[in-house]
Amino acid sequence: MDKFSVFSSRLVEKSENFTSGHRACQGCAEALAVRHVMKALGRDTIVAMSTGCMEIISSPLPLTSWRVPWIHNAFENSAAVISGCESGMKAMMRKGKIPAKKINFVAMGGDGATADIGMGALSGALERGHNMVYICYDNEAYMNTGIQRSSSTPYGASTTTSPAGKASIGQRTQKKNMAQIAVAHNIPYVATACSSFPFDLMEKVKRAAETPGAAYVHVLSVCPTGWRIPTQDAIKYGRLAVDSCVFPLYEVIEGKYRLTYKPYKKIPLTEYLKGQGRFRHLTDKEIQLIQQKVDKDYERILRLSEEEE
Amino acid sequence: MARQRKGIEVSIAMADAVAQANVDVIAAYPITPQTHIVEHLSEIVANGELDAEYVPVESEHSAMSVCCGSSAVGARTFTSTSSQGLALMAEIFYIAASMRLPMVMALANRSLSGPLSIWNDHTDTMMVRDAGWIHVFVENGQECYDNVFCGYRISEDPSVMLPLAINLDGFILTHMIEPVIYEDNETIRKYLPDVRMKNALHPDNPVSMGCFAMPEIYTEAQMNREQGILNSYPTIIKAWKEWGDLTGRYYHPIETYRTEDAEYCIVTMGSYGETAMEVVDALREEGEKVGVVKIRLWRPFPFEDFRRAVEGKKSLIVVDRAISFGGPGGPVALELRSALYGRPNAPAIVNYVAGLAGRDVARSDFRKIILEGKAKASKGETEGFTLYGLRG
Repeated sequence: MDKFSVFSSRLVEKSENFTSGHRACQGCAEALAVRHVMKALGRDTIVAMSTGCMEIISSPLPLTSWRVPWIHNAFENSAAVISGCESGMKAMMRKGKIPAKKINFVAMGGDGATADIGMGALSGALERGHNMVYICYDNEAYMNTGIQRSSSTPYGASTTTSPAGKASIGQRTQKKNMAQIAVAHNIPYVATACSSFPFDLMEKVKRAAETPGAAYVHVLSVCPTGWRIPTQDAIKYGRLAVDSCVFPLYEVIEGKYRLTYKPYKKIPLTEYLKGQGRFRHLTDKEIQLIQQKVDKDYERILRLSEEEE
Repeated sequence: MARQRKGIEVSIAMADAVAQANVDVIAAYPITPQTHIVEHLSEIVANGELDAEYVPVESEHSAMSVCCGSSAVGARTFTSTSSQGLALMAEIFYIAASMRLPMVMALANRSLSGPLSIWNDHTDTMMVRDAGWIHVFVENGQECYDNVFCGYRISEDPSVMLPLAINLDGFILTHMIEPVIYEDNETIRKYLPDVRMKNALHPDNPVSMGCFAMPEIYTEAQMNREQGILNSYPTIIKAWKEWGDLTGRYYHPIETYRTEDAEYCIVTMGSYGETAMEVVDALREEGEKVGVVKIRLWRPFPFEDFRRAVEGKKSLIVVDRAISFGGPGGPVALELRSALYGRPNAPAIVNYVAGLAGRDVARSDFRKIILEGKAKASKGETEGFTLYGLRG
């Protein structure tokens, strides 16, 4: 707990920068993540958001849920748009056209916008090293258009374009590891987070915003609609994803790994998979194979973190 | 910088103008024949002669996206592209106009693939004709230089707030060394002061930009764009007038040459205007009653100016630089036919598509086009178009 500047709900910023009244589905853990992220960032923030669930639910003209300056431009370019915002502000402040002020420049997109269509724009922005934070809200498919698979959909998940059938297990490819791709850009800060662990999430977002240069935060965002789980269980499944080590919470500061949450007892993968409609067709044998992959990936992160200690 | 006349490559002059306009952000991706403009700008920034952020993006799509972000925070923004680059950024090109984001683009016109070609025509710009940008065509180096300043004046005007493209013919202009009069910085500052845009993104005044629209409001949003670009017309006239008063160089939406007593005219857009003028001079000596009509302002299209310019003419020979496949002719002829449709005593229109992908159209070719076109008009052969110089 001493690692957190915010460790109790009483200490959390009370004002809402992403307000209620938006049109997210019941139990949307992604909207919850956005709310926590915006509490951590505060009002002196400019947000560029990719097309997707969070954009659609929060900005039906003439309404808005945003109490910070917010811009949506297209699906694949929020990283480039925020690059422009940051560059423009930097130049104008340097030239004395506007008063100097510390502003957080934050781009946000879903896993499709990040790992698929917007990968080039994101890579370019990270490589150029703009003073920005990119936040990926990963709900593991194109939920906005109706649960189509993305490169961030996990192996074995049934989606509307990777349906499980007699000749297919569902998604036949492994989930693209965006956090590791961000690390490969040698940026000063990369983290994974989940809205089921709000203090950890807020802490990481704050750290990302305080880091000079480009930072990347990958937030697992449970989607009851797409994962086919009861709406009241969104938080539970986020915890299960982390406690089963499917989605470890860690940060990479200047290349140094640190596991920020180590489950007391690693729970079996099947606990995480069994209640989700998207995985219900998986056999015990298939789950065992996936378990091996999860163990291997987690061991790697654990090893990297221990090497640093 | 003091006022001076230089012999200089047009791309360099254009880059110097951008620096004199004191832009804040330049985002561009290299593509022939635009490269000399952005190369020189990056050099100016690297030498500390212009305090700006040069953002070397990874694609044209991101170039336009960066420009949208920087314009949204109120920074003066410049970009430049050509052909495939424009095609790649087309999605965001439309969005920039719909979000009413002022910026200036040097669009070094080049043919679109395929087959791949780096040379000049107008197929790239015609692709984005309907995007809602203001489009200006220039004819020589001086016009490129001047219209950078006029461009920002128009684009950033609170009653306009629209992006503006300066169309300059690739190679024919970009790589040509021409005499250009540079105005002194004081004149520029007077004409183009630094402005702070209203409703820019800033934490002190949070606004949401780029909200999505349901069917019950999308139509109204489109009308707002249409109204915006129509409203830009008086601002454009004013900006050109004031520039003329300051420098002695006046610009008009439609420009004419020896048309007063002309019976028929050749209509051009872009750098072909200068060659056409020379040919018209020669034909005049032979007793041909011919003139040149040049379209400078392509969007918003100056219908009234055009109709006035061609009133009483028997025929117009329109030289297009792009094809609308399976359509009624080149895009310029199509536009002019629409402008005159149903009008009593409207001139007949004969359409040529010439100079695709930089194929040279020499004075002798213009002469042939004009005389052949005149004959066609008199015989009533005004349907469709002729692809000039097509080898059998």
